[in-house]
Amino acid sequence: MEKPEQSKRSVGWMGLERGHRARPLEWLAEKMIFLVSLSAILMVFLIFIFITREALPIFLGQTDTAAARVIPADDIDKLSPEKLRAYLGLSPEDFKNKDHATLKLLMQLREKSAAENGDNKDAGINTTSWRYMLKPYQWSDNDRPEYIWQPRGEIQKFNIVPLLVGSLKVTIVALLFSVPVSLAAAIYVSQLCPPNVREVVKPSIELLAGIPSVVMGFFALTVMSGALQSIFHYRYALNSLLAGVALGLAVIPVIFSIAEDALTSVPRTYLQAALALGSSRWQAAWQVVVPAALPGIFAAIVLGFGRAVGETMIVLMASGNASVLSWNMLDSARTVTATIAAELGEAVSQSPHYRILFMIGVLLFIVTFLSNLAGELVMERLKGRLEGKR
Amino acid sequence: MSAVVGMDLRSRNPQWWSLFFTGLTGLATLLILAILALILGDALYHGWSQFSWRFVTGAAQDIFDVHQAGIKPMIFGTAARVIIMTIFVMPVGVITAIYLTEYAPHGALVTRIIRGAVNNLAGVPSIVFGLFGLGFFIEYIGQHMDAGIYGAGAAPVWGKPALIWASLTLAVMTLPVVIVATEESLRAIPQGLREASLALGATKLETIIKIVLPQALPGIMTGAILAIGRAAGEVAPILFTGAAYYMASLPRSLSSQFMDLGYYIYVLTTQSPNVEQTRPIAYATVLALLLLTFSLNFVAILIRSRMRNKLRALH
Repeated sequence: MEKPEQSKRSVGWMGLERGHRARPLEWLAEKMIFLVSLSAILMVFLIFIFITREALPIFLGQTDTAAARVIPADDIDKLSPEKLRAYLGLSPEDFKNKDHATLKLLMQLREKSAAENGDNKDAGINTTSWRYMLKPYQWSDNDRPEYIWQPRGEIQKFNIVPLLVGSLKVTIVALLFSVPVSLAAAIYVSQLCPPNVREVVKPSIELLAGIPSVVMGFFALTVMSGALQSIFHYRYALNSLLAGVALGLAVIPVIFSIAEDALTSVPRTYLQAALALGSSRWQAAWQVVVPAALPGIFAAIVLGFGRAVGETMIVLMASGNASVLSWNMLDSARTVTATIAAELGEAVSQSPHYRILFMIGVLLFIVTFLSNLAGELVMERLKGRLEGKR
Repeated sequence: MSAVVGMDLRSRNPQWWSLFFTGLTGLATLLILAILALILGDALYHGWSQFSWRFVTGAAQDIFDVHQAGIKPMIFGTAARVIIMTIFVMPVGVITAIYLTEYAPHGALVTRIIRGAVNNLAGVPSIVFGLFGLGFFIEYIGQHMDAGIYGAGAAPVWGKPALIWASLTLAVMTLPVVIVATEESLRAIPQGLREASLALGATKLETIIKIVLPQALPGIMTGAILAIGRAAGEVAPILFTGAAYYMASLPRSLSSQFMDLGYYIYVLTTQSPNVEQTRPIAYATVLALLLLTFSLNFVAILIRSRMRNKLRALH
């Protein structure tokens, strides 16, 4: 064992292994290439860090929408600058740009508005605490506890449950529609159809993946909404069912191509053995090839789920965007992604509303990250298993 | 064994069942193709009447005006953002792919983590990229640039939505597309070519630059085209990082905002004062965007198949 080790080393001495002495440029280039290749890792980290950074005050409970105890404007000099800034809800930059008189005017305005709606008992609630974001609450204009997302208005209500339910509802419809269709197509294309049909069908379905989601949303809005409404005769043209079906169309190519890949990667010998035992092509596909590729099919569904949860433009355009908590498929729904897309543009930078939108973005990132990871791991295991068996 | 038993139990007449299920799966395939044809046919049928040279090269004061409508500023904006994106994403993507195929120790932890990161980046929802662009490029980098260049308190130049930030956000988003396509083309190059080059005395770096990369060029171009095709149609990442509802003139610098094809479709269908009236422009814009993305995808497929044939001859 010693000898080959030594001879290998002597070759490497002049060449690449100890390259930084023999060829400094080569060594430097390799290190640079390595550093650049870390950028993908860096980006995943940066994404997580910087959307969490904007949402951090929510996680730490530092935001407060409660109308604080009113401080008389004449007491302005008794407050420390930091306290005054927090009281007026200004960003540090804004605060710096305002002179004493403006600040006093702002305090007087605050005093006046507090005197006008002093009777609203909800005004003293910090709606950005977890209790109000997750549990139902009986607001003064409701007759029972409810989950409400209503970032506009006097009292901002940030209950995220309706958004989560909306996302889940639309995603479930999308998967109910796309999973059977795309798996059936994957089985057909990979196992049952003649090769020349396959040559045409596969790129066509991949072409479907090339349709931008805003175009899919447009199609759902203009063509499908009317068609579905005339079939099912429901009241609201834009609802979870429509958004789900349109979303399903976008997910089909994802599930199809991964499942088709998994089915094709099952060794040919499996199929041949089954056929030799007298099974028909369908039986061989269903009872031999599909079970062997099952982890891959599972991964396809998980990755399809990740895509469906994260899709924005289709649900933004087709779901109706009413943030009511309802499990009814024919009601309008508002998803997490559509909420961010629709509201971030008008949310004041650094405001509680803005931060909560980043917070649900973090949730979205975590959910898709985990589903991608799960899909990836299952695929890796499948590959290992099939290669081991070969 | 169990499979054989199951077969007996399930069907007296396997031929009939087989035919039924083959037909069923075939129908599912047909359904997908029919929907695809419907979408394309619908866009072509309704979009064609409004589609004209004037529409493509014109610009209107009122973006909802059916008779004046023109999409030149949108085409310009979309083109600008994907070109700038390509400039940033290509070097990083190609170098990462070179590392993964040529240098990375097989099965090492760092290689697996890079691969995992690439796959995960590919699965991050597009709206999250939008949040990232806003939180990182605009609120962090942009504001620090403003503070550094113009001093604190000046009107934001870089710390607001801008062409450069939208392009960079898209570059992060399309990084996995470029890496995967380039890697595929690098792997397809026969190992013999590398060995021959090394045997003639070339170093590893020389081999990569003079032998491997020229061979992989079509694959790298495919990666670029796929990335452009993906980015051209994306709207969610640019919503808060640079797309403008309306601009009187074309963007003049990297810090200006821009109009965009996909965003224009969204605006026309959801914010138009009269949706029925503006629908023809929306259809024509959809057609323009589809033509753009499909022709890009088509070119990518063409290059790829030619490359495969060429490499097959090499093997």
